[in-house]
Amino acid sequence: MTDKIIDNSAPLPTTIGEWLRAPVPTSPFQARTQQLWLKWWRLRSNASALFGLCVILAILAVAIFAPLLATHDIFEQNLAQRLMRPSAIHWLGTDELGRDIYSRLLFGARITLYIACLTAIIVAPIGLLIGTSAGYIGGWVDIVLMRIVDIFLAFPSLILALAFVAALGPGIQNAIIAISLASWPPIARLARAETLTIRKSDYISAIRLQGASPLRIILGHIVPMCMSSVVVRVTLNMAAIILTAAGLGFLGLGAQPPSPEWGTMLSSGREFMLTNWWIAAIPGCAILLTSLAFNLLGDGLRDVLDPRNG
Amino acid sequence: MAEPLLRVENLNVNFHTAQRVNHAVRGISFSIGREKVGIVGESGSGKSLTGRSVLKLTAKAAKVTADRMSFDGIDLLEASERQMRTIRGNRISMIMQDPKFSLNPLMRVGHQIMEAYRLHHRATVKIAREKALAMLEAVHIRNPDRVFQLLPHEVSGGMGQRIMIAMMLIPEPDLIIADEPTSALDVTVRRQVLSILDELITRRNAGLMFISHDLNLVADFCDRVLVMYAGRIMEDLPASELHNAKHPYTQALLESLPRIDRPVDMLQIPTRDAAWLNGPVLKSGEWV
Amino acid sequence: MNVTTDKIIETVGLTVAFGSGATSTTAVNDVSFFLDRGEAFGLIGESGCGKSTILRALAGLNPDYSGSILSGNKEVGHRRDKAFFRRVQMVFQDPYASLHPRKMVQNVLLESLIIHGFDNHQKRISAALDAVGLGSAFRYRYPHELSGGQRQRVAIARALIIEPEILLLDEPTSALDVSVQAEILNLLKTLRRERGLTYLMVTHDLAVVTHLCERIAIMHSGRILEEMTVERIRAGEVKEEYSRNFLAASIGYKPMEYAS
Repeated sequence: MTDKIIDNSAPLPTTIGEWLRAPVPTSPFQARTQQLWLKWWRLRSNASALFGLCVILAILAVAIFAPLLATHDIFEQNLAQRLMRPSAIHWLGTDELGRDIYSRLLFGARITLYIACLTAIIVAPIGLLIGTSAGYIGGWVDIVLMRIVDIFLAFPSLILALAFVAALGPGIQNAIIAISLASWPPIARLARAETLTIRKSDYISAIRLQGASPLRIILGHIVPMCMSSVVVRVTLNMAAIILTAAGLGFLGLGAQPPSPEWGTMLSSGREFMLTNWWIAAIPGCAILLTSLAFNLLGDGLRDVLDPRNG
Repeated sequence: MAEPLLRVENLNVNFHTAQRVNHAVRGISFSIGREKVGIVGESGSGKSLTGRSVLKLTAKAAKVTADRMSFDGIDLLEASERQMRTIRGNRISMIMQDPKFSLNPLMRVGHQIMEAYRLHHRATVKIAREKALAMLEAVHIRNPDRVFQLLPHEVSGGMGQRIMIAMMLIPEPDLIIADEPTSALDVTVRRQVLSILDELITRRNAGLMFISHDLNLVADFCDRVLVMYAGRIMEDLPASELHNAKHPYTQALLESLPRIDRPVDMLQIPTRDAAWLNGPVLKSGEWV
Repeated sequence: MNVTTDKIIETVGLTVAFGSGATSTTAVNDVSFFLDRGEAFGLIGESGCGKSTILRALAGLNPDYSGSILSGNKEVGHRRDKAFFRRVQMVFQDPYASLHPRKMVQNVLLESLIIHGFDNHQKRISAALDAVGLGSAFRYRYPHELSGGQRQRVAIARALIIEPEILLLDEPTSALDVSVQAEILNLLKTLRRERGLTYLMVTHDLAVVTHLCERIAIMHSGRILEEMTVERIRAGEVKEEYSRNFLAASIGYKPMEYAS
């Protein structure tokens, strides 16, 4: 094909749709927005990813508006109404101390998302930086960093988190630190593997020939290329993070009662599982739904963000 | 005139993408007998897609329609996937650009050739092995017993392409579709591989659809040339006449090539006429 | 040939080996050549002959070589500094691989300017895009929105924006269609004329190298077989048997005879 000379004097776009589809972007902002728009287009055609996204957005909304949506005080005990079945007053029933499960579930979403997001924010940069540095610099830096990763990977993540919490003491903050420490190594591994293929490519050779420093190459050229697979991986990891957090809560090492953390709720409902199933089943379903939503979204994002798809 | 081996009439291929429909092959008609037909064009001209459509190997997003597409009396449009499987490889085979991607990296090349034979013939391992060795010899591999035992990464590009040819020709197909079979090869090796292909096709009296971007090569190697542009066949002419082509597009393509024997200061850059998209085309020197 | 002392780049006994011990292979073996200021020199040969390895060693992408590389009669270190890259730039073979997929054209060009401390960024970017015939409409485009020829133009703009003296060309047109190849070759010829650039081109295509270069060296298995002017190649005056075969094979297809 020949290089067509594009007419610059085309009429200015008047609607957002035209602006998004304009063949010749006139500002960097417009160009970036157009790229995002294309990605959104691709994500939209993936039904399960869209479902995942909707569920996550719904949970996020629930967490934000929990005080407005809740029907009862989550800490108020009412022993007269303990272990009630779901009814018009207590939509999802009450627990062993007569607290409203529906309201506790809403506030629990806050804790779960807080743990999941904070962990992701801690884990992604650490994993990215360590993985890309190891992959790009190579040599003994690579050997040292990757052996550290190997040591962390040798333990099952829940056991590792348990050990950290045991050392640091129970609590949400400590749970977050423990989960982060246990979940950065796979991301570093992934980033390193990506870097090893990227570093051989012509565009990295090209920027080296421009005289760029290794730091500039790693941060400006390699990290953006690893970013999409890391985002996908972290999204998929969210499910595992939520499960680990719930697991720690269940074991009494994460959030402490009377906090409405889902794992803790599940744990206290365990005793009544046979007679009053809903106390354990409802937080269990919430955990399931959230992890599933993150998994579906992660899968969809993989299709959209994969650099191989352009 | 006898019915040609392959006859295609009004072939169209459309791609449906999120935003638009891409009409990649636009109503082309051609026929191939037991001869060497070159299809030349630039990337995006639809030449590879034409070859793949014949074998129904196009991607899912591509919609292929034609008034007629028949191969040796078989209607390819109506053929079921099962029928197509017996045609592919057995009656029509395809040689791809790069042997590196077409050979199974974990299987010894001899076994791959044997498998190709046994897929289409009921034969014992012993007979298949003999056939495979004979075929390796036919593509002028000096030490067939040694090459038989090699893995694909152990052979050079030229050797790999010869193995591909052996594999594709062992079921004795009537039509071979070669999609840029020598573009990944060095010039001196290219000549060798083409000679072998030429020899085998002539000996077996098969037809060849040779898809290439190299006009000079096609002019020398093939009997007839179809020049494609933007999904249409612009010119259909005997290969020996290529340098006297009448269509401005063919002429422009030839002019844009740097030539060793005729130095020029600046090369001609082909200009494209929108009229070519729907205008008349040349068939054997006549505008139609 | 006129004898000048203005050798802008010279290699003396350049040898590059890959691997070590028994498995080591010598990709480039004792290669010496030079480029005069302002000339276009071509290295031609088949895949695996070592031509690209020479280019990568020259560019500093492969610091493990022996022998010496001189620039302006001074030896350059195995690790290159910014000042070297300011003078020597490279255009890669595959325009689909040599541009960062997530970077806008403008940012690709801007980065080179920032690294080398240029001022007047916007003006220089516009000028560079104009020089390669793209114009400002391509400023905010991503590589995947461009055709092969347009990408190669961006790659050339990136190499030229910091005003180097020498351009290393690694098969710059082999991934392109013939009509686009003609455009890029014309562009390279014009740019060289306007800016007095020195070209070192590596290719397997005899027609392309004779079009662009005045002096050509034929390489085979890591060595330079012979070096000659383009006129002698056109006349077919080559000494070595391999060169003769190579020339014959480059011209078109003629069936080969097998002694069987």
